[in-house]
Amino acid sequence: MQEILSFEGHLLEIEKEIERADNPDSLKALKRRLSLEKKNFSENLSPYQKVLLARHPKRPHLSDYIEGLFSNFIELSGDRLFADDQAIIGGCGIIGKKKVMVIGQEKGRSTQEKIKRNFGMAHPEGYRKARRLMELSARFGIPVLTFIDTSGAYPGIGAEERGQSLAIAESICASFNLAVPIISTIIGEGGSGGALAIGVCDRLLMLEYSIYSVASPEACAAILWRDQSKTEEASCNLHLTASDLSRLGIADQIIKEPIGGAHWDYDKITRELKSVLLSNLKELIGMDKGKLLEKRREKFRKIGVFEEGIKVW
Amino acid sequence: MNWFRRPKYTTLTPLSQKREKLPQGGIWIKCEECNELIYKKEWLKLLKVCPKCGFHFQISPEERIKIIFDKGSWKESFSEIKPVDSLGFKDIKGYRERLTEYQKKVGSLDAITCGKGKIRGITVASCLLDFSFMGGSMGSVMGEKIALTAEMAQAERIPLLIFSASGGARMQEGIVSLLQMAKTVSAINLLKKEGGFYLSVLCNPTTGGVAASFAFLGDIVIAEPKALIGFAGPRVIEQTIKEKLPPGFQRAEFLSEHGMVDMVVKRKELKEKIFYLVRFFTVSQ
Ligand SMILES: [Zn+2]
Repeated sequence: MQEILSFEGHLLEIEKEIERADNPDSLKALKRRLSLEKKNFSENLSPYQKVLLARHPKRPHLSDYIEGLFSNFIELSGDRLFADDQAIIGGCGIIGKKKVMVIGQEKGRSTQEKIKRNFGMAHPEGYRKARRLMELSARFGIPVLTFIDTSGAYPGIGAEERGQSLAIAESICASFNLAVPIISTIIGEGGSGGALAIGVCDRLLMLEYSIYSVASPEACAAILWRDQSKTEEASCNLHLTASDLSRLGIADQIIKEPIGGAHWDYDKITRELKSVLLSNLKELIGMDKGKLLEKRREKFRKIGVFEEGIKVW
Repeated sequence: MNWFRRPKYTTLTPLSQKREKLPQGGIWIKCEECNELIYKKEWLKLLKVCPKCGFHFQISPEERIKIIFDKGSWKESFSEIKPVDSLGFKDIKGYRERLTEYQKKVGSLDAITCGKGKIRGITVASCLLDFSFMGGSMGSVMGEKIALTAEMAQAERIPLLIFSASGGARMQEGIVSLLQMAKTVSAINLLKKEGGFYLSVLCNPTTGGVAASFAFLGDIVIAEPKALIGFAGPRVIEQTIKEKLPPGFQRAEFLSEHGMVDMVVKRKELKEKIFYLVRFFTVSQ
């Protein structure tokens, strides 16, 4: 993937001009032009362009957020069964003054890192690690924050041999029994079952240019259209952007990104994310445990669109 | 819960009046697994199992009901829940149009039939997925009906028996179809916590979102011989790892070897096995 997306090229051109500018007047004019162009850019993004932004090579990943969000973060590893899956990072830390368990996918940035992280595509051991840490956290009354950024669970031989389906199902199931608040944030790509495995929550937050989808638009185009070139069309049809998900009542809150996307200002998006996480935590902490579980169950129980008649039993 | 909202009645012919037609045409058919020609009468007598290689052909919910439940004991539930095209999804064809086509062709509203029936006198709640309806894909209707049936089993304190056959989530319903995984898992979770017994039978094929949700969460998991079972489809795996998959990969016997299912049971022995297990776990001595 290219470092710069074609549709944001002009923004970078202006940035370069700003660096080269030698008099204050032209600098001021250029800066004004940049902010105007960025605004224009943000307002006219197509769903497919948002897909590309969600996967932007410079987009902040979980590793980038951890330092800014948490103090005293300590990574916890392993599923105690087979391996430590580095596609999922787990660990405990403190946000504001609150203890939390942190679980999320990491895609990796350098080639080496990407291989180590398997591009953020977890094997069963990743989901089993997630489940272990969620259950550990719940035993001590510590809220869970999950961060979703994956194209999906890994489709491979070992993953199937070790029960990828079961690992995902069990992680989902365990989430419904955790008597502590769970807040999930989609920071980049929320791809199918591999995302949902750590996506059962009391609050679903989405960064403005993150996506959440039943299948990648590429897979959708290949399967339904049998034509890879229909990816853009599939992106529209799937209704996968944060604003779509908010309209559908699935996302509870959208976190505004810096104009042009999160990759333009890591500090700003981290601050924004932190304040939203803290305000949501504040609302959830102290809620009656039984009520919390009941509301979480209800949240998912009512998702579905169909026509119905009378109940027959 | 607002089950009573927006009442609507369908005008489709009830299931029992449709799909009675036996396969027509020649007296020989070709096995899709071993490619051998098999005598159709024999194949039908064997409940659509190949006499040469033992491959279990897909069967409809109605055919399975006949095999599993005591004669005349089946009562369908939630039959009026109907899919809608909430996103206005259109690929080569519109989703609405596609639904109508399948409803006409298959004779049911969606890819699932639910109800109650007796297995040698024991009443169980059951869901049967239908692969012939859009690949048994799970959308809102399947999610709701699985949840309702699990709740019915819980309320009436009867065992739950699900026969899965699905390629995964129904993409035409977008994110809502993905979230049916969580909805169904939650319903199964509640049933099990309340002491309910859930037996899951994985038929050919059980993959994707159905495999990664309710299908694998059975207290007991049975697979039909040679059924394709897994998370990712074999084609996707081959494209990812750029290798050919070993023979038998993701088949029921492979899963059994890897400890992922309790047993592989032939169709003609399925009713007896289910009866034994349901009685063992739910009927006091
Ligand atoms: Zn055969």
